[in-house]
Amino acid sequence: MKSNVRIAVFVTLVLALVVGACSAPKAGESTEQTILTVMTHDSFAASEGVIAAFEDEYGVEVRFVRAGDTGAALNKAILSKGAPLADVFFGVDNNFLSRALEEDLFVAYHSPLLEEIPDAFELDREYRVLPVDYGDVCINYDKAYFDEQGLALPASLADLTQPEYAGLLVVQNPATSSPGLAFLMATIAEYGDPGYLDYWAALRENDVVVVSDWETAYYGNFSASSGQGPQPMVVSYGSSPPAEVIFAETALTEAPTASLVGKNMCYRQIEFVGILKGTEQQELAEKFVDFILGKTFQEDVPLQMFVFPVNENAVLPEEFTAYAQIPEQPAQLDSAEITARREAWITAWDEVVLR
Amino acid sequence: MTSSPAASLTDRRKRANRRTVLFLWAVPAAFLLVFFFSPLAAVFSTAAKTALSDGLGVDLWQRIWRPLRFTFFQAGLSTLLTLLLGLPAAYVFARFTFPGKKLLRVLATLPFILPTVVAAAGFNAFLGPRGLVNVALMRWLDLAAPPVAFMNTLTAILVAHVFYNVSVVIRVVGSAWAQMNTRQEQVARVLGASAWRTLWEVTLPLLKNAIFGAALLVFLFDFTSFGVILMLGGPKFATLEVEIYLQAMHMLNLPAAGLLSAIQLGVTLILTVASSRLHTQRDTKMMPLLHNEAVRRPQSRGEKWLVGGIALILILLLVLPTGSLALRSVTRLDAARGERGAVAAALTLDYYRELFTNRQGSLFYVPPIAAARNSLLYAGATVMISLVLGLLVTYALARRSRVNRVLEPLLMLPLGASAVTLGLGFILAFNRPPLQLLSSPVLVPIAHSLVALPFVVRTLQPALVSIPDSLRQAAASMGASPWQVWREVDFPIMTRAALVSAIFAFTISLGEFGATSFLSRPEYPTLPVAIFRFLSQPGALNYGQALAMSTLLMLVCGGSILLLEQLRLPGVGIEL
Repeated sequence: MKSNVRIAVFVTLVLALVVGACSAPKAGESTEQTILTVMTHDSFAASEGVIAAFEDEYGVEVRFVRAGDTGAALNKAILSKGAPLADVFFGVDNNFLSRALEEDLFVAYHSPLLEEIPDAFELDREYRVLPVDYGDVCINYDKAYFDEQGLALPASLADLTQPEYAGLLVVQNPATSSPGLAFLMATIAEYGDPGYLDYWAALRENDVVVVSDWETAYYGNFSASSGQGPQPMVVSYGSSPPAEVIFAETALTEAPTASLVGKNMCYRQIEFVGILKGTEQQELAEKFVDFILGKTFQEDVPLQMFVFPVNENAVLPEEFTAYAQIPEQPAQLDSAEITARREAWITAWDEVVLR
Repeated sequence: MTSSPAASLTDRRKRANRRTVLFLWAVPAAFLLVFFFSPLAAVFSTAAKTALSDGLGVDLWQRIWRPLRFTFFQAGLSTLLTLLLGLPAAYVFARFTFPGKKLLRVLATLPFILPTVVAAAGFNAFLGPRGLVNVALMRWLDLAAPPVAFMNTLTAILVAHVFYNVSVVIRVVGSAWAQMNTRQEQVARVLGASAWRTLWEVTLPLLKNAIFGAALLVFLFDFTSFGVILMLGGPKFATLEVEIYLQAMHMLNLPAAGLLSAIQLGVTLILTVASSRLHTQRDTKMMPLLHNEAVRRPQSRGEKWLVGGIALILILLLVLPTGSLALRSVTRLDAARGERGAVAAALTLDYYRELFTNRQGSLFYVPPIAAARNSLLYAGATVMISLVLGLLVTYALARRSRVNRVLEPLLMLPLGASAVTLGLGFILAFNRPPLQLLSSPVLVPIAHSLVALPFVVRTLQPALVSIPDSLRQAAASMGASPWQVWREVDFPIMTRAALVSAIFAFTISLGEFGATSFLSRPEYPTLPVAIFRFLSQPGALNYGQALAMSTLLMLVCGGSILLLEQLRLPGVGIEL
């Protein structure tokens, strides 16, 4: 008798799995509603209410396809060129910009909202891609450590090679990490090519710690994060200090970290949005781009993605005005030069720093 | 040409045999063709086209040589170490009973599903510069700098590989060992062979198939290692897989990535063919043990030491890092700033509570229950797909046929295909009719099944091969129909192996991240995907939630395995 019960249990379990597995693909079913598909990277985020507002206004459903990091997502767009997986692509950054334009992925659109965006962000003068947000890769430091040790803050990239900062900085490998690459480019902007290699040789002499990715650097090595590692300086983002406050476990009145914002110590990354060639809903896509550049979405950007809005009229949230610093002289490099030289820079860096 | 009646009979039998083999292969081969070879072909042809028009764009020899050498070196060493621990552990699990055995076996499986980021955090919390060990040693010996350098070393890579894969050896070899009849060993002992000699000359040769199978699986896993190399090995080490990822995702250099993938696949093929040549000789067939006749308590002092020692090593290596993660997920991590070093001691459930609130009102908020459900659904589907295909393949392989010699090595290839390449291939192949599957969640369990299938087959195969034909003939001669023969003879013997392979398929799917992140729709995030989302942002709450989610992942996985192992199928009193 007992064995019959067991059979019953087994069969039920299997059936449950079958039914479950079959019912999962529901979203693949087509609905009557118009669908606008937006392809983007994993870091993309938005408030439910904000996207719902757009959906209600135009009677559409916005569907997001997130496809790995910035490079992976762009790759997906390049590979599906001709039969695009989406109508809009969100998240080409200035490092990949010229590569994306070379691939001829986008149709030009001159949005009326560009008037509210400073010209400095408009890197593509043909408006195939339009700026959406920007952020700075900066060195974050552990405030308590510098207080306790009575150590002065490094005021320039050159200072980081001084003996008092030996072994205190952790950076990411530019080959495997996007903030790592950004910091490498900041040093190239400051010292030029090949001058940057001498600088890195000096950093290496000064025991700079190199790890593969941001997660390891921030949570494994950085002393002010929850990982409580050994280095009080880490290459991270200018928006990390406010994030530390917002995602603190116990309410904080002061950020435990801050950024070093001296000349060329931060590298500016700008993100762009574009309408993919081959879309059948050009008009709707244009409306979505307008929406993305508009005040509502732009004000949602800081707390969702921890980047800054490009629209001048967007008001920053309190946490950002209080804890985020915006560097006055961030480093920037020409996008075409990046596409042409990136690999050579990284290879040379590898030989100097890792071998 | 005249043929004798006897010859035509064998001829006919041969043809019938071949038909059966082809019939059994039909579905699995079609599956591989559509979901593995066609995406790969799409990547390679695109890569070749770009290469012809633009060139390769990198100094390739340097890009290939260094990683290839290192890949072989670390994979070989890791496999050896894994066997060194795994084989005695398999023996202990197969032949002895001891308190906590079941739990320990489940715990030993958990590393297999942990995303590398989380495993790295576990090792860091344990052996990192400010990990438990270093902090304790620094205080105790009054040192200024951490004495143990573990992170970013070759040792870390090796230890992590053993950590991940030892359960493969325990399960594959252990299940074969538990089922192996002890009669020949007893005969050897009676004839005066020492215990060592019996082990070397009787037991291990009998287990050869299972050991080679497990070693190949482990080697291929280490060979295509990616996360461990990056996160624990650090930036100084690169395998082919890492190089493929860099070329494909950071340099957007598809030709170079394609070429490197082709090399990796070629090596996988050579290894698989070589290893199948190594163990083509047939197993000796004996009545398999189904009721744990050979399992007993450790008696002699040596046996007690062995069992205790293995259990201790497994606990130190596998349970402590994962356990320390679980512990940290309920520990307040926000130490008062300025009081560095004072490890926060308070316990909290805040991180778990926070998992259930969508604080930022985000469109992409993942309720933990939904993530667990998605993970379980994908895993359930993977188990079913891979078990059905695996059984078909195993039965085909049990027959002598040239078809097998051609098709068998192809089966292992998905283990050697880089997740990145396959992911890109899926985009190229399934983005247009007739197979417009890219927006469908079924691609996820399909991708998982590709990886799980080799495991399923390698686990089922030794069990099926071990069934003596005399058993089936005896049943048939007593009047059993072919179905009854299968039901009464094959089924009971295959059940244990099927259960083990189901657990493999389940855990592979549960822990898989690469393909999932590439294919999954944001509506169906899995637990590992949710963990990554938390870990990619600063802040104590994010870190704590990532740990809490990881703990949930381990609980879901451990619970499911325990449940699976509880299933005792009717008529079979198998004690796993």
